[in-house]
Amino acid sequence: MKFAVVVFPASNCDRDMYHAVKDVLQEEADLVWYQNSNLENYDGILLPGGFSYGDYLRPGAVASTSDIMQQIKTHAEKGKPVLGVCNGFQVLTEARLLPGALLRNKNLAFMCHQEPLVVANAATKFTSGYEQGEIVRFPIAHGEGNYYCDDETLEELKANQQIVFTYQNNPNGSAGDIAGIINKEGNVLGMMPHPERAMEALIGSDDGLRLFRSMVENWRETYAANA
Amino acid sequence: MLQTHDIGPETVEMDKLYSDMGLSDQEYDSVKNILKRRPNFTETGIFSVMWSEHCSYKTSKPLLKRFPTKGPHVLQGPGEGAGVVDIGDNQAVVFKIESHNHPSAVEPYQGAATGVGGIIRDVFSMGARPIALMNSLRFGDLTTDRMKYLFSEVVHGIAGYGNCVGVPTVGGEVQFDDSYEDNPLVNAMCIGLLKHDELQKGIASGIGNTVIYAGAPTGRDGIHGATFASDDLAEDSDKDRPAVQVGDPFMEKLLIEASLEVIHSDALVGMQDMGAAGLTSSASEMASKAGTGMEMNLDLVPQREPGMNAYELMLSESQERMLLVVKQGREQEIIDVFEKYGLQAVAVGEVIEEKVFRIKQHGEVAADIPVDALAEEAPVYHMPSEQATYFNEFQQLPETVPHVADHGEMLIKLLQQPTIASKEWVYDQYDSMVQTNTVVTPGSDAAVVRIRGTEKALAISTDANSRYIYLDPETGGKIAVAEAARNIVCSGARPLALTDGLNFGNPTNPEVFWQMEQSVEGMSAACRALATPVIGGNVSLYNQSRGKSIFPTPIVGMVGLHESLEHITPSHFQSAGDIIYVIGETEAAFGGSELQNVIEGEYTGKAPAIDLETEARRQQQLLAAIQSGLVQSAHDLAEGGLAVALAESVFNGKGLGLTAELAGDATVSLFSESQSRFLVSVKLEDQQRFEEQIEDARKIGTVTDDHLYTINIDGSTVIQEDAVKLEELWKGAIPCLLKSKA
Repeated sequence: MKFAVVVFPASNCDRDMYHAVKDVLQEEADLVWYQNSNLENYDGILLPGGFSYGDYLRPGAVASTSDIMQQIKTHAEKGKPVLGVCNGFQVLTEARLLPGALLRNKNLAFMCHQEPLVVANAATKFTSGYEQGEIVRFPIAHGEGNYYCDDETLEELKANQQIVFTYQNNPNGSAGDIAGIINKEGNVLGMMPHPERAMEALIGSDDGLRLFRSMVENWRETYAANA
Repeated sequence: MLQTHDIGPETVEMDKLYSDMGLSDQEYDSVKNILKRRPNFTETGIFSVMWSEHCSYKTSKPLLKRFPTKGPHVLQGPGEGAGVVDIGDNQAVVFKIESHNHPSAVEPYQGAATGVGGIIRDVFSMGARPIALMNSLRFGDLTTDRMKYLFSEVVHGIAGYGNCVGVPTVGGEVQFDDSYEDNPLVNAMCIGLLKHDELQKGIASGIGNTVIYAGAPTGRDGIHGATFASDDLAEDSDKDRPAVQVGDPFMEKLLIEASLEVIHSDALVGMQDMGAAGLTSSASEMASKAGTGMEMNLDLVPQREPGMNAYELMLSESQERMLLVVKQGREQEIIDVFEKYGLQAVAVGEVIEEKVFRIKQHGEVAADIPVDALAEEAPVYHMPSEQATYFNEFQQLPETVPHVADHGEMLIKLLQQPTIASKEWVYDQYDSMVQTNTVVTPGSDAAVVRIRGTEKALAISTDANSRYIYLDPETGGKIAVAEAARNIVCSGARPLALTDGLNFGNPTNPEVFWQMEQSVEGMSAACRALATPVIGGNVSLYNQSRGKSIFPTPIVGMVGLHESLEHITPSHFQSAGDIIYVIGETEAAFGGSELQNVIEGEYTGKAPAIDLETEARRQQQLLAAIQSGLVQSAHDLAEGGLAVALAESVFNGKGLGLTAELAGDATVSLFSESQSRFLVSVKLEDQQRFEEQIEDARKIGTVTDDHLYTINIDGSTVIQEDAVKLEELWKGAIPCLLKSKA
């Protein structure tokens, strides 16, 4: 499987995402600069964390209007898996590929530590390697990770099983303890916690491995089926 | 706006305008001698910043020469943006610490943020990718609204900048003492990694080569920042706010990526960041180091606002700017890289043979100065030194043991002292994990960062117990270096080298100069004993206001190397049943201790004694034991003594407890701050081998699984507390202080 790690100006988890899929998972991956690039030949699109455009205006707001977003939208519509982590999640909500918005943490401070998450939906292309309800540990590192949506949307997310990860001890005030959601079609996942930072026990957790493995395995099955 | 073009050289002299810029009468006369004429307004400004303490080290230079700076692994010692140390496999580590004290005192968020930005530029301008940040902070007591504001905003500033640029802040230290009430200290350290052939130097060689300005445009911020940093903080320092720069971490992140891309081009000759004294120092230093001259046309310099005059352009400390020297004819390749990142890069001048620094604006020569006059010929002062009067008095005092009625109660009190209490409130705001190499996150003795693709890791620690240094600068200086090395060794690494952030009061006070001299003497002795040369650093003087000077605070930022990831050792106890040892003897040592602070509210007496030979031997033995896999955890004994170290060792949410059997005076056993001691835990089956390897180790107890903290002395229980409760108090102390009304 060949991944594109999209790099916006001041993305800063781009290299971490790249190492996660390239070095740990041993899949193909490229760092793809947001200008003059073509996503056609990639099987999966990864939007990394960071502070694209310095978080100016709102986190993810400027990146969501960049040219490459048009390509990302087109590929998402075609069903290519798209994963947005942290700032990548913020970009996906700003681009309306996912509902809701990410507000400032309820304590108004940036926070960075390991956080226990509940796998709320293990039946997605991204989470099939987990057990439903399993507790996993991913680092969080954000100042604006407080997920917000109106009640109607929240009910809809619940009804459609779009809530993929929830916080066990909601650290930032997110509605419905939401840590990550998926689109209705099931191919665009956005999450604040960092699976790419949880790839090796040496640095605290390897619970993120199965997320990327799920992506690869599901893609292989689809690919094999189509081939 | 300053109408400087109307001010002629005569007026500068007659009205002593040079004196407002920080030049003494004598220095002004030297400038006249060098130029063989009166300097104009712009030239006077250029001399005043380049000859400020901040840029020229004019009073500290004679002391800095005493530091050992060489070692077989040192690739670059003091003098460049940062020092460089070989770590094998064609890799090298680059690091430096720098202070941003004065700006942080008047504008804490931006002061701290730009301190981080500046030190990162020092590292990537050497060609190294920044891989970690550390910081060392000092504040007054957290009892006033102002101090809470300074503390919170400094932390926010560090977080706001460091998090955005994607360099993990992996650790550091924060201490609180009265003496920093008016002068908080903000020292930031950056560590970078490069391959040997990527090493860049800030040199402007090759006559005819082009000088390129890259990054943010120049504005009117931070004008004369270096001079501001070279004087006492006055009560009306708020008016100096315009001397504080404003940072843009987004711009910095783009500058990092662009700069690290251009180093791979052979069109690049040299690169230096514009830090203190901005365009003036970067340009003149690059030329001075290369033995060339430089001519620059200020009309070409990107400017944030119209109408800036030469004085403002040359002295601005606008952030996120770099100066490059590029081979003639190959400018476009370099410019293209910066433009890819949306950054301006403009040819503004050229390297010339004549060793002068010539600035033109609007077709006229705005400054024409011999290059070496600025960097090499800066004045050097040998300040008078006089032993501090308090020192003799303190040395005469007998060593006494403070009276402690209830040791359990005292432990609880100590754990809640801000200097000892958990700094989680601080470091949780820092992204400590980006780059996915952080093996040991903040809160341990040393941070540990793995080097991707190798079996190696780096240990990093910042330390300085300024209370000891105040009581006895020489002994305290030794302790500062020894403690940093102890922290590195406890993490399982071999100490390599250090960078120092020397923070002192006003050096024209002979007692302050004596503190500087003595602490440098002590640090140098420890550097030699522990084979850790000084590879660079920074001096911040005039940390004094209302006639009161800070405690002498030479901060040590040390880096060590783990040759194998297997050697990485935690500071917390790991499993119930492990045997607890203390390495080293405990004697009554309460001068400068946290116990003295709690009981007496002031620091008197002698600093704890330290024998460097013993220190070095114990460190080597402990490291050998760790490398042989005999050690489960290792922690140095520091503020608050053994009782605090034992408590910290069970504060990691594993539900562990301990039982320790001690003997003799309870207060001495528990709270003395005797030096060169370590707290180590060892598996039962390794007990014999460990004892054979470490002659000074004494078994004191066992790790338990009942989360009870129990201390028995001569058979009777002196402290028994729930470790979970202790941890809550320790963790809650700083948030509680910040919330409480002043």
